[in-house]
Amino acid sequence: MELLSGADMLIRSLQDEGIENIYGYPGGAALHIYDALFRQDKVKHILVRHEQAAVHMADGYARATGKPGTVLVTSGPGATNTITGIATAFMDSIPMVVLCGQVASSLIGEDAFQETDMIGVSRPVVKHNLSVRHPQDIPETIRKAYHIASTGRPGPVVVDIPKDMTTPNERYEYSYPKKVKLRSYNPAVRGHSGQIKKAVDMLLAAKRPVIYAGGGVILGKATEQLTELTRLLGYPITNTLMGIGCYPCSDKQHLGWLGMHGTYEANMTMHHSDLILAVGARFDDRVTNATEKFCPGARIVHIDIDPASISKTIDADVPIVGPVDSVLNEMLSLVKGAKEKPDADALAAWWKQIDEWRAFHGMRYETSDDVIKPQEVVEMLSRLTNGEAFVTSDVGQHQMFAAQYYKFDKPNRWINSGGLGTMGFGLPAAMGVKHTHPDDEVLCITGEGSIQMNIQELSTCKQYDLPVKIINLNNQALGMVKQWQDMNYESRHSQSYMESLPDFMKLVEAYGHVGIRIERKEDLEPKLKEALAMKDKLVFVDILIDRYEHVYPMQVARGSMKDMWLSKTERV
Amino acid sequence: MRRIISVLLENEPGALSRVVGLFSQRNYNIETLTVAPTEDETLSRLTVTTTGSDKVIEQITKQLNKLIEVVKLVDLTEGSHIERELMLVKLKATGSQRAEIKRTVDIFRGQIVDVTSSVYTVQLAGSSDKLDGFVQAVGTSGVLEVVRTGVSGIARGEKVLSL
Ligand SMILES: Cc1ncc(C[n+]2csc(CCOP(=O)(O)OP(=O)(O)O)c2C)c(N)n1
Ligand SMILES: [Mg+2]
Repeated sequence: MELLSGADMLIRSLQDEGIENIYGYPGGAALHIYDALFRQDKVKHILVRHEQAAVHMADGYARATGKPGTVLVTSGPGATNTITGIATAFMDSIPMVVLCGQVASSLIGEDAFQETDMIGVSRPVVKHNLSVRHPQDIPETIRKAYHIASTGRPGPVVVDIPKDMTTPNERYEYSYPKKVKLRSYNPAVRGHSGQIKKAVDMLLAAKRPVIYAGGGVILGKATEQLTELTRLLGYPITNTLMGIGCYPCSDKQHLGWLGMHGTYEANMTMHHSDLILAVGARFDDRVTNATEKFCPGARIVHIDIDPASISKTIDADVPIVGPVDSVLNEMLSLVKGAKEKPDADALAAWWKQIDEWRAFHGMRYETSDDVIKPQEVVEMLSRLTNGEAFVTSDVGQHQMFAAQYYKFDKPNRWINSGGLGTMGFGLPAAMGVKHTHPDDEVLCITGEGSIQMNIQELSTCKQYDLPVKIINLNNQALGMVKQWQDMNYESRHSQSYMESLPDFMKLVEAYGHVGIRIERKEDLEPKLKEALAMKDKLVFVDILIDRYEHVYPMQVARGSMKDMWLSKTERV
Repeated sequence: MRRIISVLLENEPGALSRVVGLFSQRNYNIETLTVAPTEDETLSRLTVTTTGSDKVIEQITKQLNKLIEVVKLVDLTEGSHIERELMLVKLKATGSQRAEIKRTVDIFRGQIVDVTSSVYTVQLAGSSDKLDGFVQAVGTSGVLEVVRTGVSGIARGEKVLSL
């Protein structure tokens, strides 16, 4: 057997795990590892400019590819800088392994230079964390970390590696385990057949059914099964912000997404339904609005890999714990073989009602002759890229406009921080996507507030040639905050203005990229085309948009799903 | 309602803090918590008493089960079970108090395990209610110090919590 140092074992384990790209930033406690990285060329490392960005890059990569992302940082500040990124991945169940250097074992607990209890600090925001106690344990620890991160309900796993675990001149026998067995970790491999049968019976007997799909469908790679089942039944389908792309949004059965800024028809259909089939969704408060008023006439079938997501906020009538793909497959074969068919008359009446809600056009905006509306920018981008780009976003009004007006027909294309709502996510996430999808169009739709939270990454983009397109919907304000202040605080705009914005054109040029500024409506289309035509350049498109626009529909706080504002003056 | 949840946990550093962290992070109550190794050195047994609605208790057990180091758990209060807690109490004991305390200790089936000219140290095992009852009976004015272990529990009959 081969003898390797701990650091070499770590890198070799990554190779044997099939990891090709890692994102990180070096420092004292990780230097043995960085040296091992230098002496090989299979695992490629991208050097970011801030560790938070490394995590978002790995996250963007994971969301676009469905494979776990990998991060490498040093102890102390390197490790603590990753926390926001880890929490972001945790809230959205993104598979990821974060390797952190740590001070030598002999120094732990002595407040040594750059010592932070990363196991303790990360605990509430990881699926699991592991620390290495013997160099020989490194291969198994790495295998375990990827296994836990990417199976069951995925999530981030932190591995803490004291510096003496990676000492160069201490060598040990290396072999990479094919499998790990964890007696206390056995995610469900299939759903309960009895429950699935019951669910199908209820589904076929429903008069006003609706399918409510979440990010779990994308994470669980079940979009095909979901699409087939939905089409077979002919039922309406809506999805969450995280589920965008799990069902083609141009299809007539699709109602758009639901919840706080969801469509009128999706929220109305949910509220008036008699049966909700929830698939890989978690009845988040941004979906349900006031739980006690949630869909009063609906019975609920809930499929999820995580039992703790079921009946957490809304009680399920038929809980099904299992991987969404296998459960949906079973449902499909039961529906195909069933003697009963959905009640055609009831369904026709239900669709008639839904079409009336649709005709009401809940999602609309007033166009203007002189100012540019953010919605029209996104609509235009959607058209110019045929709805096929990867679109990452930050957090705020621009995020909601991007999600509402870009027409996604495929999964893994819409990439945003839905659970934690992390400003600063968009650019590094886009970089993670572009890095591994060099031929695809990657847009980062952002705001002038959010982009400044990780703008230093423009430098990384230069170093590694990552020609993403940054679309800055510049409303010169922390727009979403301002919208809430307009609605709930009599327009007292406390700290929601971004005064003294930088000259983004000069800024991006300083980083070696191209800037385009759009101020007039007539310039919008030609300049966007110009930007998109520069395939091999990072282009920062700074678009001056209507400063007073609000995002609608918006659910009325503490109301039911159907209580919405449709414009500044219209409430239903 | 009060519940006693008994957990088999991997005997690894950090496992306990994950359990405790979960309770504070998700705003669950911990009334008592005990933990010690078992006959199998790879496992610890942890007993936690908590209160909450059925919905909360269901979440607590599900969330505990999600922790990678939790091997198995049972809500003992779902079936008949035995629960015990151990208490050591230091009592002022002079003059006529001494006989009085001795009588009360006997009634509660406790033992006086240490004696000085002015102090008795009493050991008492039983349900938490019984321990409360004893402290009440001797009167808090005479109590110098109380230390309780927290509840341990086990199911009655054939049922066992093991791998
Ligand atoms: C890191 C972080 N801090 C604060 C917030 C709260 N927040 C949500 S939206 C928003 C405003 C975002 O402004 P901008 O990026 O310009 O987007 P806009 O709403 O104007 O489109 C803020 C401050 C957040 N989501 N994330
Ligand atoms: Mg803004």
